[in-house]
Amino acid sequence: MAELTNASDRRRLVALLSPAYLWLLVAVFLPLSAMLFFSFLTDLPQDTPDWGFTLGNYARFLSNPTYGTLLWKSVTLGLTVTLACILIGYPCALVLARTIKGRARETLFLLVILPFWSNSLVRIFSWAIVLRGNGVLERFLELFVPFDLRLNLMFTTTAVVIGLVHSYLPYVILTSYLALQAIDDDIIEAARSMGASRLTILRRLLLPLSMPGLMAGAVLVFVPVVGSFMEPRILGGRVGTYYGTVIEDQFVAVYNWPLGAALSFILLAVVLLILALASPILRKANT
Amino acid sequence: MKTFLLTLSVAAFAASGALADEIRVLNWQGYGTDQDFAVEPFEKATGHKVVHEYFNSEQEMLTKLRTNPGAYDVVLINSIYTQQAVSEGLIAPVDTSKIENFAGISEKFATDPQLTSDGEVYGVPWVWGLTSFAVNNNSVSEVPDSLEILWDPEYSGRVAIRDDAVEAMHFGALATGQDINDIKDVDAVKEKLSSLMPNLRTFWSSENDWNQYMAAGELDVATYWSGSAARSIAFGLPITFLVPKEGAIGWLDGLSVPATSEHKDAALQFIDWMIDPEFYTVWDAAGAPASANTAAAAALPDDAFNKTVLGNPDLADRIQFMAPVSDETRESYLEIWQGLKAAQ
Repeated sequence: MAELTNASDRRRLVALLSPAYLWLLVAVFLPLSAMLFFSFLTDLPQDTPDWGFTLGNYARFLSNPTYGTLLWKSVTLGLTVTLACILIGYPCALVLARTIKGRARETLFLLVILPFWSNSLVRIFSWAIVLRGNGVLERFLELFVPFDLRLNLMFTTTAVVIGLVHSYLPYVILTSYLALQAIDDDIIEAARSMGASRLTILRRLLLPLSMPGLMAGAVLVFVPVVGSFMEPRILGGRVGTYYGTVIEDQFVAVYNWPLGAALSFILLAVVLLILALASPILRKANT
Repeated sequence: MKTFLLTLSVAAFAASGALADEIRVLNWQGYGTDQDFAVEPFEKATGHKVVHEYFNSEQEMLTKLRTNPGAYDVVLINSIYTQQAVSEGLIAPVDTSKIENFAGISEKFATDPQLTSDGEVYGVPWVWGLTSFAVNNNSVSEVPDSLEILWDPEYSGRVAIRDDAVEAMHFGALATGQDINDIKDVDAVKEKLSSLMPNLRTFWSSENDWNQYMAAGELDVATYWSGSAARSIAFGLPITFLVPKEGAIGWLDGLSVPATSEHKDAALQFIDWMIDPEFYTVWDAAGAPASANTAAAAALPDDAFNKTVLGNPDLADRIQFMAPVSDETRESYLEIWQGLKAAQ
């Protein structure tokens, strides 16, 4: 951009970029600042005339061990779901990008993004119907086994992980696919002509070259899963209390917006910290 | 029906000199007052027109009363909020002598301290209900008489309660023999609830949830609302709604007249019709909560849920009616409840 000395060029740049920045200002910056402001209040100004500023909402995170426990539980959930998404999604993307060609690829691609077009709540409720006792999955398996089967999957952490992996898997597949597809076929040919085995090609060429895409997908999955509340609530039952559900309760059940906002910003800070710690790896992947 | 409506119309002529008023009712949507069988006969008999406006939360209802003076003539207020409305001067005392059917309301409801203030009635007791529990008849053969069945290891992993901090604490208070509105030994309640958690399968959050879990056979025992239980039974679910010896949590809805109403006589006529046995029997057939009017409850058919389960005379002593819950209490309950859930 430093080369843009021409005044008309600069004007054009401002004109082209301003809608995007305006959008960021209105849709991201303003609501977030309002929430940040709320998080330092004792009460909401519209409810209580004598509101004031306090750090108490942030202090409550430290004084009540429940929040810390739940945050750790949510981070663990985020890591589990991300790992599962990578293990399932990356091989899918590999096959899609390197093996299948033509019409079949388009069809499979469509099938991968199809779940994205349905409402997430509908997806989770479908899982509830499949997983619950005497549900679709148990009935189906009973066709093959002679005894009365009880999987007891519903209302477990496994059910939550299944629902979340299904919801976020397309991110990993899409980003990995784009990175894998961009790899020049000639490089692979060259490696093969030098006698590299399939595993070596995967380990030394495909994986490092597609790492930026894979990492972008992992971040796209990890961040929303740590704050998820709807999926754990519906599929988790008794064990479905996470950091996200506690924040939701503050907004919906007790109307304590300041505390809910403070808890949200602590989550944001922790996620940013995790991404910062992981950034050396991410940067290495990008070079 | 005919005689009542005839008297109503005569009264209407006498009171307003045949002037037809338009009365505005503020209520939850689909909650009795706005159904066809409520509005049409009343309009026909009195000539008054009934217009409805709805609220989605009690806070919204109070805000509407505060900000729109003169806009409403009848308002539904849960007894928990009546005193707040009285202290803010939002509602007027009701002249019960103008309400013929008021005589049928039981002494306990008519003098309820939450609906009255300084000997004046501010809310006409309309309908009430219970939060207790129900069992699945297919898996629970012997009908229990105690709340302890929720803790029974025999039904471990087949029990559910609602995901609501205040309600959970109230059940804990009942189980530990305490006053739900004045829990002295909070630690005992906490401990009791903590021992309930391993027995739970899930938390339910809506009537629809509850019906699905029961129909799928996921649950044997679950806390439930009486009005919802009546609907589920009518719907064909094999369940029994119970009021255990430890008691149950009660709620009471009253109809009030806003202080700024300009059609107070017409409003009282409408309230009179709302607690009339003629109206209530029709509403009950369509699925209603229990009427606060003893005469209306008595007019129900003998097999009606609201007569067999809630009409039981020795029930009254076991019900603990909910009092207002302060924000501090609500928050401290939520903290305890979240702590219990997080420990799972």
